[in-house]
Amino acid sequence: MPEPLLELRGLRKRFGGLTVTDDVSLTVLPGEIHAVIGPNGAGKTTLIHQISGTLRPDEGEVVFAGQRVTDWSFPRRARAGLARSFQITCIVPGFTALENVALAVQARSGSSFRFFRPAHLEARLNEAARAALEGVGLGHRAGVVAGSMSHGEKRQLELAVALAMEPRLLLLDEPLAGAGPEETERLVALLRSLRQRYGILLVEHDMGAVFALADRVSVLVYGRVVITGTVEEIRSHPEVRSAYLGEDEMA
Amino acid sequence: MTGRARLLLPVLVLAGLAAAPFLGFDTGFAYTLMARAMILGMAALSLSLLVGGAGLVSLGQAAMLGIGAYAVAALDHAGVTNALVVFPAAALLAGLFALVTGAVSLRTSGVHFIMITLAFGQMAFFTASSLSALGGDDGYTLYGRTEWMGTRLLEDRAAFHFILLALLAGTWLLLSALIDSRFGRVLRASRENALRAQAVGFSPFPYRLVAYTVAGAISGLAGALLANATEFVSPATLAWGRSGELLFMVILGGVGQLYGAILGALAIVLLEEWLSHLLNYWRLAFGPLLILSVLFLRNGLAGITAPPRRRRAPPKAAAPKAATLEARADA
Ligand SMILES: Nc1ncnc2c1ncn2[C@@H]1O[C@H](COP(=O)(O)OP(=O)(O)OP(=O)(O)O)[C@@H](O)[C@H]1O
Ligand SMILES: [Mg+2]
Repeated sequence: MPEPLLELRGLRKRFGGLTVTDDVSLTVLPGEIHAVIGPNGAGKTTLIHQISGTLRPDEGEVVFAGQRVTDWSFPRRARAGLARSFQITCIVPGFTALENVALAVQARSGSSFRFFRPAHLEARLNEAARAALEGVGLGHRAGVVAGSMSHGEKRQLELAVALAMEPRLLLLDEPLAGAGPEETERLVALLRSLRQRYGILLVEHDMGAVFALADRVSVLVYGRVVITGTVEEIRSHPEVRSAYLGEDEMA
Repeated sequence: MTGRARLLLPVLVLAGLAAAPFLGFDTGFAYTLMARAMILGMAALSLSLLVGGAGLVSLGQAAMLGIGAYAVAALDHAGVTNALVVFPAAALLAGLFALVTGAVSLRTSGVHFIMITLAFGQMAFFTASSLSALGGDDGYTLYGRTEWMGTRLLEDRAAFHFILLALLAGTWLLLSALIDSRFGRVLRASRENALRAQAVGFSPFPYRLVAYTVAGAISGLAGALLANATEFVSPATLAWGRSGELLFMVILGGVGQLYGAILGALAIVLLEEWLSHLLNYWRLAFGPLLILSVLFLRNGLAGITAPPRRRRAPPKAAAPKAATLEARADA
């Protein structure tokens, strides 16, 4: 087995009396899509927060590309190649779509303590940003102010921003939420095309997409990983069927 | 509206200031008024970098102004009046004060930031009041204006006028470039959505600290010019009411446009003068006028001719959650 890109060792997180992450250990291999599914409130987003560095775990370790990053800040992990999207869309509303992506390109290409040259005239930043927008199908919307885009477009924009960071690992928190059937189809195709280049930890409620994309699936219930396995194993697991997936999903 | 048309108003205002001495406004009174407007305009511009650019509402900018002014007084007291020493020293001292106080206050945000900048401002105020060698509460009268290459150039009213105008325009151009640069882009992104800036790898703190220091240095230079204009320095320069006045200039002028600060400074200085002639109790009329302007000029004076360049951030559904996360991520 190749060395994992991401390894979680015994993560634990409590909010007051509520244990939201309960001894979670899992890995994401290079080039793998590892899906995390589970009912609402299971602690999926909280888990992503701890991996990205927006929240510190109470216990346990986050190891990324062989380095212990548990104590690293959120921006530092981002610079190291850990990109994430947010369940609640997170963009710069007053920037155009292009400038939102150019910000990410700028973060990985040289110092940003540059004071005199107009950033919006830097062709290198704009070209890379435009390419990322085209990659998610937003090329024609580059000049639109992000705050005025549709919800689906904002989600695509966030994905373009994450890709523009040229990360090694993508943490995606329900990237398909709120997308229409056509958008979903396109995004699933896009995620499939990304698989070879990145490791992806995918939190998603759309089971069709999860089963179509994931190499491995972990089921999270009350903060605990109840099972990790291949799509086939998860599909046929009796407990998962009854406890989480419901009969109609299996029909 | 195109980018060029947007600049019509500030260019007209600067051209008006350049033409004023040739249009009969060359009396001592007119020069004094314009000098005050231009100097406060410089300080307001630097504050606008913080408020409009970085989203940092500081209520302590007068401290930087005062430190610049007191640098002139202290050097005058020591017999140093060479402009090449005095002005850089004023800017440097104020910038240093901003760097040190910013390193502390920028750890906080929102109301706490306002309070802590106010507190540092008050510390500077009381320190100035206790400088007995420089007159304490009574202030210090300069022996003469700062010298340029051994000449008393700044005492020539017209020369002083055009030096101020050049510095005001230069400050505007410099800060505009800063806002548009890579550095400014990180500042603006962090203002609108700090979590987003962090998510791509930027830690807002060092960028904000540099902006705070630059604003401090510019205000310090303005303070040194103010000392020269009035030939007098007193703790009143650092009073927190002055910080509020600068903040009002920025808001009245329009937070979305840097040059709004110039319009705001000019408007307030002229309005004060006009109202004080019109009415005995002019401050009574000043308040309501300011309230009306805030209510009806949402984008400030700059918004009369130009739409805001950057849309104000619409309210975010994620705001409370994002805020708590941000606090953690900064830790
Ligand atoms: N900052 C917080 N303080 C206290 N409780 C929290 C906090 N954030 C999340 N929780 C609680 O932790 C639990 C897990 O939340 P989380 O958002 O991680 O779930 P989730 O699996 O992402 O759910 P969903 O599918 O609805 O997105 C929930 O009960 C939630 O109310
Ligand atoms: Mg969630």
